[in-house]
Amino acid sequence: MATSGAQPALELRGLSKSFGGLHAVRGVTLRVLPGDRKAIIGPNGAGKTTLFNVITGILPATSGETVLFGTDVTAWPTHRRTALGMARTFQVTNLFPKLTVLDNVLLAIQGLRGMKFVVWRPLASYRDLYEKARRLLEQVGFWDRRDVQVRNLSHGEQRQIEIVLGLASDPKILLLDEPAAGLSSGESREMAEFLNRLDPTLAILLIEHDMDVVFDVVDHISVLHFGEVLEEGPTEVIRASPKVREIYLGAED
Amino acid sequence: MSERAKIIAVVAALVVLVLYMQFGATSFVRLVITQALIFGILAMSLDILLGYTGLPSLGQAAYLGMGAYVAAILTTRFGFGLDWTFWLLIVLGFVIGAVTAAFFGLFAIRATGVYFLMITLALGQCVWGLAYRWNSLTGGDNGINMPGRPDFGLDLSNDMNFFYVVLGFFVATLAALYLLVKSPFGRSLVGIRESELRMRMLGYNTWLHKYVAFIIAGGFGGLAGVLWAFLNGLVSPEDVILATSVDALLMVVLGGPGTLIGGVIGAGLVVFVREYLSTVVEWWQYVLGGMYVLTILYLPGGLMGIPERIRQRRAQAAGAVRAEAVSTSH
Repeated sequence: MATSGAQPALELRGLSKSFGGLHAVRGVTLRVLPGDRKAIIGPNGAGKTTLFNVITGILPATSGETVLFGTDVTAWPTHRRTALGMARTFQVTNLFPKLTVLDNVLLAIQGLRGMKFVVWRPLASYRDLYEKARRLLEQVGFWDRRDVQVRNLSHGEQRQIEIVLGLASDPKILLLDEPAAGLSSGESREMAEFLNRLDPTLAILLIEHDMDVVFDVVDHISVLHFGEVLEEGPTEVIRASPKVREIYLGAED
Repeated sequence: MSERAKIIAVVAALVVLVLYMQFGATSFVRLVITQALIFGILAMSLDILLGYTGLPSLGQAAYLGMGAYVAAILTTRFGFGLDWTFWLLIVLGFVIGAVTAAFFGLFAIRATGVYFLMITLALGQCVWGLAYRWNSLTGGDNGINMPGRPDFGLDLSNDMNFFYVVLGFFVATLAALYLLVKSPFGRSLVGIRESELRMRMLGYNTWLHKYVAFIIAGGFGGLAGVLWAFLNGLVSPEDVILATSVDALLMVVLGGPGTLIGGVIGAGLVVFVREYLSTVVEWWQYVLGGMYVLTILYLPGGLMGIPERIRQRRAQAAGAVRAEAVSTSH
């Protein structure tokens, strides 16, 4: 675990996002250090995905700052933030459905390389890219099925490819938007194990409804409620908090 | 079909075409085929946008028009392009198409889908407006009569010679665009078509990728324009009217978007119906319209999508038989 003196991978300072009169995200402040595993939980409509969209620059922030590896990126477009070492997966699977598994991964790998503008040489001739795709796909056991179109994979398999695409750019911080969404409990457990096997220096910020995955993967939780951080702290503290139980885990529990 | 088989098929088709042109075709058919090749270049340039990037441009005639008018104006006023300078004129036509696209792209690329379609339509109409109204430069409605075809040792006023030059540019365009769609850049365009948001998240400046694709498409459109001016012998606002852009779009849709060669097949069919069938029957426009409607209703992948559809049908039928066998065995 990094010391508190280290430069945060991601720092949010009073980040807010409003749509007209609706305040979807209100003054969220958060620090993610290298290697941190943190989760954001909260009921539906709490603003979790909106927060991710603001952090990644898909939506502009209304106020506040997003600082990535010490650089204020609040006004930056998404692709430049990615270049700093950030990656993200989507809650609703967002892949290239008509492309093969291999092509999906190749596109993800070349995203941060200058050769993505090359027009005079076939993509298939880049051996290093191909080898890297092979490594990534072998890790998750998809190499044998590299020529299958992604739209023909099962939902659970597509969720795995989501994460592979997130990892393809060798990020230093990975934002996971409900990686276990729609997975069976067995698949969720596998997903959690997979996440725990990732490079320990990789920082992870996780949105998840599946509490088993959350408790398994992260050690720090922020609870978002109506766009505000209601409570935050180590997993055990949040788990025991009566307020959190009431609004999120269910009062009857 | 493997990539190699596709290339062999295309080469074989071109050989057959050349043999036919040399030994079988009447002089009229030769002109029709040359025209089909020129519009094939235009259709392929549009396919980069429509089929590969997912940008339905309804203004591709603008670049054809820019190339054609540059050729017409320079040859009539300065005699430029009628000797070896023809090659310079070709480069210039490409550049003017690309520069026009670079300017138009600033407005168009920010939009997607039907909005992109409307903006490119409007920009294309601007070029038509210029061609129609700027009498002193473009000859207005009458257009400009070309002073003839270039002669640089090889006399292009001979239709066969001209055909071979056009065929050369056609093959060069096909090869260049084939390489482009296989390249990292071309694959990125397909990624943008499939999910632009994901591409941005992966670190792509998708605006820039689309902008560059738009410029390249404009360049090849301009190239087609120069050739068209010399083939037709007349450059007029007719060349840049909306119908020409629509035709280009339908050529791609008819043949199959995202295949390059589909656009060429579409161009061949449309030019055949327009130029040949129209001399035979009066109701040729119904044939054209019927072809479009049937394609859109029953062949979303165009003519090039037929083998894939047959495969799917077979797989479905086989699946149904299997399912029946399973249900009866229980």
